Amino acid sequence: MRASRRTGGGLKNTRMQDETAGVTRRDLLSLIGAMAGSAAMYHAMTSLGFAAESRYQGPIKLGGDPKGASVLVLGAGLAGMTAALELRNAGYQVQVLEFNKRAGGRNWTIRGGDSFTELGGATQNCDFQPGLYLNPGPWRIPYHHRALLDYCKRLNVVLEPFNQLNHNAYLHSVSAFGGAPQRIRAVRADFQGHVSELLAKATRQGKLGEAVTKEDQEILLQALRFWGALDRDYQYSASLDASAVRGFAAPPGGGLAALPVPSEPVGLSDILKSGLWRHLRNFAQYNFQTTMFQPVGGMDAIGKAFAKEVGDIIRFNAKVTKIKQGDRGVTVSYIDTTNPSIQNSVTADWCVCTIPLSILSQIPLDVGSAMQAAIEALPYAASVKIGLQFKRRFWEEDDAIYGGISYTDLPIRQIAYPNSGYNRSGRGVLLGAYMFDTANAYEFTAMPPAERVARAVEFGAAIHPQYKSEFENGVAVAWHRVPFTLGCSGEWSEEGRKQHYANLCQIDGRIVLAGEHASALPAWQEGAILSALDAITRLHERVMKT
Amino acid sequence: MMQRSRPYRRVFLLALASAVLVQETFAQATLAQEGQRTFSSGYRFVEMSGEELYNNVCRGCHMSDAGGATGAGSYPSLAANSNLESPGYPITLVVHGRRAMPPFGGMMSDAQVAAVVNYVRTHFGNNYRDMVTAQDVSEARR
Repeated sequence: MRASRRTGGGLKNTRMQDETAGVTRRDLLSLIGAMAGSAAMYHAMTSLGFAAESRYQGPIKLGGDPKGASVLVLGAGLAGMTAALELRNAGYQVQVLEFNKRAGGRNWTIRGGDSFTELGGATQNCDFQPGLYLNPGPWRIPYHHRALLDYCKRLNVVLEPFNQLNHNAYLHSVSAFGGAPQRIRAVRADFQGHVSELLAKATRQGKLGEAVTKEDQEILLQALRFWGALDRDYQYSASLDASAVRGFAAPPGGGLAALPVPSEPVGLSDILKSGLWRHLRNFAQYNFQTTMFQPVGGMDAIGKAFAKEVGDIIRFNAKVTKIKQGDRGVTVSYIDTTNPSIQNSVTADWCVCTIPLSILSQIPLDVGSAMQAAIEALPYAASVKIGLQFKRRFWEEDDAIYGGISYTDLPIRQIAYPNSGYNRSGRGVLLGAYMFDTANAYEFTAMPPAERVARAVEFGAAIHPQYKSEFENGVAVAWHRVPFTLGCSGEWSEEGRKQHYANLCQIDGRIVLAGEHASALPAWQEGAILSALDAITRLHERVMKT
Repeated sequence: MMQRSRPYRRVFLLALASAVLVQETFAQATLAQEGQRTFSSGYRFVEMSGEELYNNVCRGCHMSDAGGATGAGSYPSLAANSNLESPGYPITLVVHGRRAMPPFGGMMSDAQVAAVVNYVRTHFGNNYRDMVTAQDVSEARR
């Protein structure tokens, strides 16, 4: 029996996409901890050498002569193409089978003129203006994903900043502030300001007791005034100091009416009850800290750059139907989806299989029972992304939001603004919904694509009323409807990892698995690449020994 | 310059207005056709009836006619499916998942799982009249 999800919270906090689900009072406290204590913690950790940025050791070195050994790679996503590229460089004979007619897998960008047919048969024809796009899969790269960044450098993929935090984007709840969206800047300032005021009060009343020395109390008070923008009396008030953080009622200008007018902070109780503080975690988490990147022109620049290197050894439109292994090699049967009546097969000495487990679990495969159990045990997350084209970039023109993400408790969960083409007139495409592993992700998957788009417009209009008049067209990708993955990404529970992860990653005879599902960075491209590098390192050692 | 461009601008605005009308009509028609829909607010589903749970959750993969779909892998057809004869099988699959089927035990209550299993076992060419209960689901969780 498989391990159920949602047991134990250990992994939950590190799950990178689960940005807003299930926040408790404990999260509130840990958020305070994260904001107040992370710097001190970091210095302590780096001085001990614990906070290394990456497991990546630099370009892989597969020394020795494999003497013409052959490897069949299944899947031309980032894991498969990393394996193919490095194994060929090391002297192996490499072939790749890929289900799609393109390379990249989930590294994918949809542009105007593209069409996409999902499971169930619905086809969407994208009408985006040239230059505008949606990354339906991965869309941001943390600075500490050093393996992926190294491949981008080696393969000449040009990067630009991805704004995770835009202080001027919105936090929104249907049940807070009458449904009016609040600027991230103000929510953060008010939350921080009130917490500082409370702590300063407790400190000055001597209520911290022996927890803080007399000397440190003085420093703490200074720090709280500084960090929380408190006034001279340690109050968080409608001062120019506070407004310099949360924003002004009237900002400084020129000439006669030049002087700034301070804004009125929102009260502590209102901020707490709004629940908007829960979203601040999305900017504090390691996975989302600056600097983040995106490839210029669309995420698929990475897949295309890999394909430029290994495209000549990829067989496209190949649907794997059986994987057999024996003492002397691996034989993989496949059908050409453009000519499905003919069965084909390829034989190689070794096999690196990157097929998502949602699919691999349905393919007859010669591996031991432990690995087979692992393959059948990993559920795949539901996720939906919806790109919307508007006649003008009203989020910039009207709302002064240049890139970044607004978070909401509406079913669309996020609105993410394009991180390129700033300040241009004319059309723009934004990400009008991004659900990951919530009930809403399933609910949107179950809709016809046109309805997904229409609902995203309807919900989004609560945050940006301009939607109603500016919307032109949209594209909606629901990952459980994607024919080449049947789901978004491996959804490991803590219990499932304990039971199955090592069994999944072992070399079984002549077969080794790789992909984000065989990593501790599920749903990240870095996980796919690190998994592939680890798999081929071990495979190469095995080959050198035989 | 300004003077000359004005008439064009007016024409453009007119065209824009009609385009807006078309877009709004399209969106409204799509939503009207699909009717009211329930949305959950957190991790757990709020839909309670078997029919609504099927339409808002199961349909994502098993499709409107429960015929399933095939790409690189498959979602099985639930239509006239003899695997549904023994109720324990669909209950276990919904609660614990298997292969491409995600586990819904943490997202649905016993009553919700029972409702959707009963719905599937009495629709789409299935006619299994022995209803399952929340108690049956509760036992399958162990």
